[in-house]
Amino acid sequence: MAAVTQDTAIRTGRITRTFIYLVLVLFALFYLLPLYVMVANSLKPLGEITGGNMMALPGTWTIEPWLAAWSTAQIGVEPTGLKPYFLNSILMVVPAVAISTVLGALNGYVLTKWRFPGDNILFGLMLFSCFIPFQIVLIPMATILGKMGLAGSIPGLVLVHVVYGIGFTTLYYRNYYAAFPTELVRAAMIDGAGFFRIFWRILLPVSGPITVVSVIWQFTNIWNDFLFGASFGGQSQPMTVALNNLVQSSTGVKEYNVHFAGAILAALPTLLVYVVAGRYFVRGLMAGSVKG
Amino acid sequence: MGFLDISNVTKTYGNVEVLHRVDISVQEGEFLVLVGPSGCGKSTLLNMIAGLEGITSGDISINGRVVNGVHPSKRNIAMVFQSYALYPNMTVAQNMTFGLEMHGVPKPERDKALADVAKLLQIENLLDRKPGQLSGGQRQRVAMGRALVRDPDVFLFDEPLSNLDAKLRVDMRTEIKRLHENLKTTIVYVTHDQIEAMTLSTRIAVMYQGYVQQLGTPKEIYDKPANVYVATFMGSPAMNVVKAKVAMREGAPHALVTGHDGTDHALRFSQDNLAEWDGREILLGIRPEAITDPDGADRNSNNIVPITNRIEVIEPSGADTFVTMKLGGRDVIARMRADADVATGRDFTFAVNMEKAVAFDPATELRIQP
Ligand SMILES: Nc1ncnc2c1ncn2[C@@H]1O[C@H](COP(=O)(O)OP(=O)(O)O)[C@@H](O)[C@H]1O
Ligand SMILES: [Mg+2]
Repeated sequence: MAAVTQDTAIRTGRITRTFIYLVLVLFALFYLLPLYVMVANSLKPLGEITGGNMMALPGTWTIEPWLAAWSTAQIGVEPTGLKPYFLNSILMVVPAVAISTVLGALNGYVLTKWRFPGDNILFGLMLFSCFIPFQIVLIPMATILGKMGLAGSIPGLVLVHVVYGIGFTTLYYRNYYAAFPTELVRAAMIDGAGFFRIFWRILLPVSGPITVVSVIWQFTNIWNDFLFGASFGGQSQPMTVALNNLVQSSTGVKEYNVHFAGAILAALPTLLVYVVAGRYFVRGLMAGSVKG
Repeated sequence: MGFLDISNVTKTYGNVEVLHRVDISVQEGEFLVLVGPSGCGKSTLLNMIAGLEGITSGDISINGRVVNGVHPSKRNIAMVFQSYALYPNMTVAQNMTFGLEMHGVPKPERDKALADVAKLLQIENLLDRKPGQLSGGQRQRVAMGRALVRDPDVFLFDEPLSNLDAKLRVDMRTEIKRLHENLKTTIVYVTHDQIEAMTLSTRIAVMYQGYVQQLGTPKEIYDKPANVYVATFMGSPAMNVVKAKVAMREGAPHALVTGHDGTDHALRFSQDNLAEWDGREILLGIRPEAITDPDGADRNSNNIVPITNRIEVIEPSGADTFVTMKLGGRDVIARMRADADVATGRDFTFAVNMEKAVAFDPATELRIQP
């Protein structure tokens, strides 16, 4: 009797599981479809796209579109490819992420371990900055950048992104450090470590997970930003703006294969960051939420 | 002037005064225990000595120097925290020498101090581990080691044993006592456990609601409690405190207490000064071990009073048997030898050692001083 029911249990279990996996695979394929279309079409000659089926694999494989997108395609009026803009993006993203993360960590440290009157109000205001829509700040920001002589430059973009990101990074680090035992900081004070020494030697070494969260969040947001780049980029436009100019350029025929390749190039760095650090991202978010 | 002087120290948070005019003077080499229930202000006082909390008013001086505004690291103190507060990213050795490193002690000296203390505490084999790889007792040792390497003027302990299991707690208690006897460093030790306070201290400050209720040697605190609070807080089971009336019999003051059946028992006091309380109510305090079976009574006492009363509950604990009876309408616990001949519901003759009895003023709850 028992053996029979157990058998049936296993069999029905196997059937449901097969069904679940089937559904999951279908969903996965569905979501991967756009990526497939982009990759497949970026590797065909233009003729195959205009004359044929978007879904088909390339008849003739070619990396020409990638090379074109990278170095020769028409961006606006210049035939430079995306290369210089990619560099702009890197020069903007790296300092902006680093500065906003460091400042967020210091803010979180002060707001949890060096409490002062009004600290919660200050934190509330910083949180509030996370919810201000980009559009509202465009004009005041332009004025300030102009007055500082940073309009249309990469340092200007870095400043804009640091200011905008600091609310988020502060939130992350504050919640993370709130769960960090204050007794450790007190022990370090008695041991004779000062403000920065405690931060550097005691808190930072255990801040890995939240730093990954902060870096990924800031990197994706800043890399993908279009509005600030288009508004304040001037001669130093980032990749996203250049991609737009590539796709929108009105001269000649639309080179869809080059556009696809360019779009993938623009998305590649964020993809890479997720693949490398994604696991820690989830872990860091969990650590923050459970403890904070 | 002592080695560590706490003079007239007050602490307020907002409008709430959590410590009221605390005055404690500690001599060099003393082991002072601050004991009291949770929330009475022990940790706050300790943190003020350490410099981790500001002093609202009053002065704290260590080794002749007022340290009110002095940074914690410049007070020459070391502290052991309840959670041990070991730096999770550092090895045991790094944890223990971090303070010396911050104070600019050269590496060879640091290594020497580390080796000495590690040997003393028998943690030499743990030096390369991270705190996460240690058991509770080992962490406790490392936390003490970190304090010891600093060779401070004063050690501060905040409930260092309260996270250990019962057996380990007793072992570590002995070890701390031995350490103090060897090193003779001044210690201020916070605990809510009155047994720890009694066993470890050279002097105890019993705290309650932000007041130091009594400051004295363990024996003074135990035998001559300043008030009802101290009397019942220290000792386990707690001191019996019952209503009684003072009456003069044969020229000596007696306490009249009602037994289970409403009849009065007269217990002659050893203190003559209670004559002036003739005819008035008092609170009579008798510790459980001062009420025994007649054979178990203290042979050195000159004032053993027998009273016959009904046994209500018997609780054997192995070494002793605790017997509950009713006096003055309250449950009173007596401590018998394990093999005393007792049975529930029977009348029994208890021997009360009135030399150990204390009397409290029922209005102020202060002990009536001889
Ligand atoms: N930072 C603070 N702000 C306000 N009240 C506090 C603060 N720290 C402690 N207290 C209050 O001070 C009193 C004493 O606390 P504490 O010294 O920690 O007690 P204990 O260590 O004896 O348990 C408690 O009533 C507590 O609520
Ligand atoms: Mg405490």
